[in-house]
Amino acid sequence: MTEPVISLRGVRAELGSRPVLRGIDLTVRRGEVVALLGANGSGKSTAVRSVIGQVPVSAGEIELFGAPRHRFRDWARVGYVPQRTTAAGGVPATVTEVVSSGRLARTRFGLFRKADREAVRHALDLVGMADRAKDSVDALSGGQHQRVLIARALAAAPELLIMDEPMAGVDLASQEILAETLRSQVARGATVLLVLHELGPLEPLIDRAVVLRDGCVLHDGPPPKAVGQHALPGHDHVHPHAPAGAEPIRTGLLS
Amino acid sequence: MEILDYAFMQRALLAAVLVGVTAPAVGIYLVQRRQALMGDGIGHVAMTGVGLGFLLSWSPIWMATLVSVLGAVFMELVRWYARTRGDIALAMLFYGGMAGGVMFINLAPGGSTTNLSSFLFGSLSTVSESDVTAICLLAAFVVLITVGLRRQLFAVSQDEEFARVTGLPVRFLNLLTAVTAAVTVSVAMRVVGLLLVSALMVVPVAAAQQLTRSFAATFAIAVAIGVSVTIGGTVTSYYQDVPPGATIVLLTIAAFIALTALAAPLARRRARALAAERPGGDPAECAIPAGREAADEVGA
Repeated sequence: MTEPVISLRGVRAELGSRPVLRGIDLTVRRGEVVALLGANGSGKSTAVRSVIGQVPVSAGEIELFGAPRHRFRDWARVGYVPQRTTAAGGVPATVTEVVSSGRLARTRFGLFRKADREAVRHALDLVGMADRAKDSVDALSGGQHQRVLIARALAAAPELLIMDEPMAGVDLASQEILAETLRSQVARGATVLLVLHELGPLEPLIDRAVVLRDGCVLHDGPPPKAVGQHALPGHDHVHPHAPAGAEPIRTGLLS
Repeated sequence: MEILDYAFMQRALLAAVLVGVTAPAVGIYLVQRRQALMGDGIGHVAMTGVGLGFLLSWSPIWMATLVSVLGAVFMELVRWYARTRGDIALAMLFYGGMAGGVMFINLAPGGSTTNLSSFLFGSLSTVSESDVTAICLLAAFVVLITVGLRRQLFAVSQDEEFARVTGLPVRFLNLLTAVTAAVTVSVAMRVVGLLLVSALMVVPVAAAQQLTRSFAATFAIAVAIGVSVTIGGTVTSYYQDVPPGATIVLLTIAAFIALTALAAPLARRRARALAAERPGGDPAECAIPAGREAADEVGA
């Protein structure tokens, strides 16, 4: 067994007074690709955000690369893709400028050397956005925004990739590119933790799936097989986002 | 150039250039993080500093710097801790700052609200020798931060959550942005005045955005606009005897309107150039598939 890169033990978290995580255990070992699945409001986003210290945890232990999270400082080893629909801010910025932010963890005092500029270009190559390097992010489609956000995470050449719904709002062509990008990262030896709504085109890459429901781990093992009409080629889930608890668990994963 | 023969105008023009550089340089990060009105709030708080300066017979510019830095730090703390009632706390800070300024200046011996007006709307003839020294020092600090830490400030202002995961000291950088904005308010108060300073932080950036695609170009053009309007406004106010702050702000808004009018044809030309560059790429217009016409022209 290889050493764990992420380890959660008995993690609890509340948003306001509502418990969102009710004691979850999750281990991701080096080189593994783990998908975190579940309905809206099941706590999957909160779980990954607790790993990177964006959500206060009321109980339990979190370790990153074997170190307690609050003492972990080596953030260049972690590439994070937040759940966003846009890479744009209040001021125009080019694709290169946004992706360069991801390289800061590898620089001293934010000074860019030749190697850093090359790393940014390489990250853009990986997601097939090199030809858009000088374009404003405002001019991109939803899928291209997501590719820019992933390139930003890859710019520091991280050992661990944490992605929160990277396929949300992404067109089919971009989904293929993202799956290809992820495949090359996995081949390079990267460890990946993904929050997903459904497995989709990433399914063949995923070693293990952890399904959450109401803040508890419901399933931890091989990815559930799609059944019935969900298994038909070309089947595509298009779910309106309903408030938590208003819809049943994705049937393709559990039934 | 007879305008340069007067020592007070030399001082005023130097101060104007420094304001033209620093206000948009800080303002671009405020606009990026969608806190465009933060400069306005700090300007209100700085009034208490000016009033205290009069009351205690200390330099109003340094007192304003001290009080507005404290106010900016408080605003950042409110942003961290008081999520729901934050706007009420800020409202109290802003109007408390304004009321404090009026109160202190009227308590000062021989002081009245009229003394305040040159600080509220700017005044060229009152920029003193010691003011220029203070403005130069403060402006140097602002340029050092906004240019030297541009990559870090860009990252934090673009996506705070991501910046935290890259290990950047996000809280420190947010505090630094707030403090730098407060210092800029003190730099600008003599020339454009406390009530109008926020316009010079925000409008040149908004004007530059009409033309640009990158952050670096937006920064450069915003500063160029800032310097042009502060010099233009200062010179106009000398020849026409109009208040400099108001002149500068109206010029800035005129620049915004002019650039917005220019931007639309420019964007069309850029789109055409792009389409020519990528033949067979994204067509500029939708092609209607052939063979549909007959069906589409069904009459009633």
